[in-house]
Amino acid sequence: MKDIDQALSNGPFSVNWTEKAELYKTALRDLTSHHRDNCAPYRRILDGMSYDDRSCRGVLDFPYLPVRIFKMHELASVERSQIIRTMTSSGTTGQSVSKIFLDRETSAAQTKALVRITSDFLGSKRLPMIVVDSSEVLKDRLMFSARGAGILGFSMLGREVVYALDGDMRINRGALEDFLAKHSGRNILLFGFTYMIWEHFYKPLADSGGMNIENGVLIHGGGWKKLESASVSAEQFKSSLRETLGITRVHNYYGMVEQTGSIFMECGEGRLHCSVYSDVITRRHRDFSPCDEGEAGLVQVLSLLPRSYPGHSILTEDVGVVTGTDDCPCGRLGRTFKIIGRVQNAEARGCSDTYEKG
Amino acid sequence: MKKDNLTYLVGGSMPEPRPTVPYADEACSFLGGLSDLLMRQRSMPDVVSFAFFCRRANIARLKREFGDSERRLGRGLAFHITPSNIPINFAFSLAFGILSGCANVVRAPTKPWPQVDAVCRAVRELLDRPEFALMKGRVAVVRYERDDEITGYFSGSCDARIIWGGDASVRSIRGIPIPPRAVEITFADRYSLCVLDERAILDLDEAGLERLADDFYNDTYLVDQNACSSPNLIFWLGRGAPEAREKFWGAVHERAKKYDLQAVHAMDKYSLLCDYLIRRPDVEGVSFHDNIVYRVKLASLRDIESCRGRFGLFFEYGAADIGELAPHVTKRWQTLTYYGADRDMLVRFVSENSLSGIDRIVPVGCALDIGVLWDGFDIVRTLSRILEVRYAVGRK
Repeated sequence: MKDIDQALSNGPFSVNWTEKAELYKTALRDLTSHHRDNCAPYRRILDGMSYDDRSCRGVLDFPYLPVRIFKMHELASVERSQIIRTMTSSGTTGQSVSKIFLDRETSAAQTKALVRITSDFLGSKRLPMIVVDSSEVLKDRLMFSARGAGILGFSMLGREVVYALDGDMRINRGALEDFLAKHSGRNILLFGFTYMIWEHFYKPLADSGGMNIENGVLIHGGGWKKLESASVSAEQFKSSLRETLGITRVHNYYGMVEQTGSIFMECGEGRLHCSVYSDVITRRHRDFSPCDEGEAGLVQVLSLLPRSYPGHSILTEDVGVVTGTDDCPCGRLGRTFKIIGRVQNAEARGCSDTYEKG
Repeated sequence: MKKDNLTYLVGGSMPEPRPTVPYADEACSFLGGLSDLLMRQRSMPDVVSFAFFCRRANIARLKREFGDSERRLGRGLAFHITPSNIPINFAFSLAFGILSGCANVVRAPTKPWPQVDAVCRAVRELLDRPEFALMKGRVAVVRYERDDEITGYFSGSCDARIIWGGDASVRSIRGIPIPPRAVEITFADRYSLCVLDERAILDLDEAGLERLADDFYNDTYLVDQNACSSPNLIFWLGRGAPEAREKFWGAVHERAKKYDLQAVHAMDKYSLLCDYLIRRPDVEGVSFHDNIVYRVKLASLRDIESCRGRFGLFFEYGAADIGELAPHVTKRWQTLTYYGADRDMLVRFVSENSLSGIDRIVPVGCALDIGVLWDGFDIVRTLSRILEVRYAVGRK
């Protein structure tokens, strides 16, 4: 891991693709055998597919788990006693949720990666911070939902954190105005989930005449699914925040509870960036062969962080496009991509659903 | 009852439950007429296959086979609840009801399907002809979203209820009462398999192999391997010839290249595969033919019934003797498709082992061929009642 440590010390966007591919070949081989040795269910999958690490000649060749497997099975690569936190995805009622098991080491690595990635966009000084959510979400510290984990993780990036919403998801107007008055003229950080920001922050503020947060830098993530069904595009989201709240610096991020920490941040050019901690590969669904640049496919995400659970290489159900390698005008090295959406839920044929829910 | 949610695609009210004898001339010529009208729907192969079933020669053959040793009459009104994802199923159910001599009300799929529209249009056209005047008023096709009140309305008046669908549908609909004398046919979740003889596969010439692959495709991929009669397990009869397996799967892969595998289905299938690999330590290995064919080779048949594939995921097991299967067969098992295996041997396997499952033994390619016999029921006989007639002996 010596080369990796070296690479990490140079900043999260300072390694070019050729160099990184070489580093990842070793790192992924190590991670894959670590999980194979320590997680029996993972080993069964690899054995069943006759995985042989000698046949992995490059980054593209390593095995990947379907993201749904974390909803179907509890996968850990450490003793139960080592687990300090279990994170879950925030599924709606009735859906099964992913369970991700963290030990001290992986949890610390996630925090470190998150800080380093975001500080490349925010500067290394901690900013006064508004969390656009309710502090109620953090109540159960042992079982973190993706939402709680996101809030907790990102809160470390700021100082004097204030929560913009109360337990009923209404705006804490008084607290918000005091906060803005106190920090007027200084940069402030806002963090929240895309849909929450739109529904519970932007909309009520727009209805009551707006608010001036022009010193704000907003980081948001969690996916566009709900906003898409409300027909709100990414452009509309940005322009609405600019016009109503004066926020011009808006960064979306792509991440998931299965790979907390090594998030993909969107730069000013509107591209999502792989950092030194992570990478993406897009694959064709008919044979899982890698897509060409510019060709849409299923997104596989790689992360160097997961050691307590086998989540270093995951095939997601998102569709994306790789937009470039080491060539983003923003100057950051590494691959860039865009997310197009989720795989469409087509209905299967079959004969066992006569009395479907109407 | 609020009827705003109820649409009549055929008819306009509760049909009159006036029965006729099974295979009445009017019923037979009605289906013949339907066949003529639907045979033209070339763009919908499932509609054409229904038209093929309804053709006069086939109905005449079924009538002959039905025989006239008993006097029978339709039970009255048959209420059919049909699956939403196999659009043509409702038409078959209606045809069986008509042949039985029952009046029929069929709940068609809620989703709009061109197949449903085409069949209903043809049925309406025929009912308006003078020669089918007696039939009119005895047939209705309805569409409604899940609604216990409407289901209760038809259930309360029927003499027979036919429920197509899985265990959950059957359980939920069974909570809605039918009259005490009414009978019920339920088609619940089933498990199916395919038996292939290694020797016979090795002996196949290219044309024969292609035909077999095509037949196998029709049993499986054509319905996303999701019909209860689509095989999940491939049982290889022989001494373990890997060449036979490769030959067969290579041909299936070739044929299935045309299969429209959706991205979401590829993910479903890959997730399912990983799930099985975790759950079953007895997996000997997986073979991939792109993402089109996944083959999971098993070292045992333990809990085989829970091994269900979709979108082209198959479990394989091989043995020289089919008898190895016997301890694993339960009531849930429905269709055994076969190629190369001796039919009489298969029949003996079911009867001599006193198996509680396996209702159908049919060649590869016929898994989905629905007929008046299905799931171990003779649907026409079940929908009709016997009129017992005795003659006085030695008395005046």
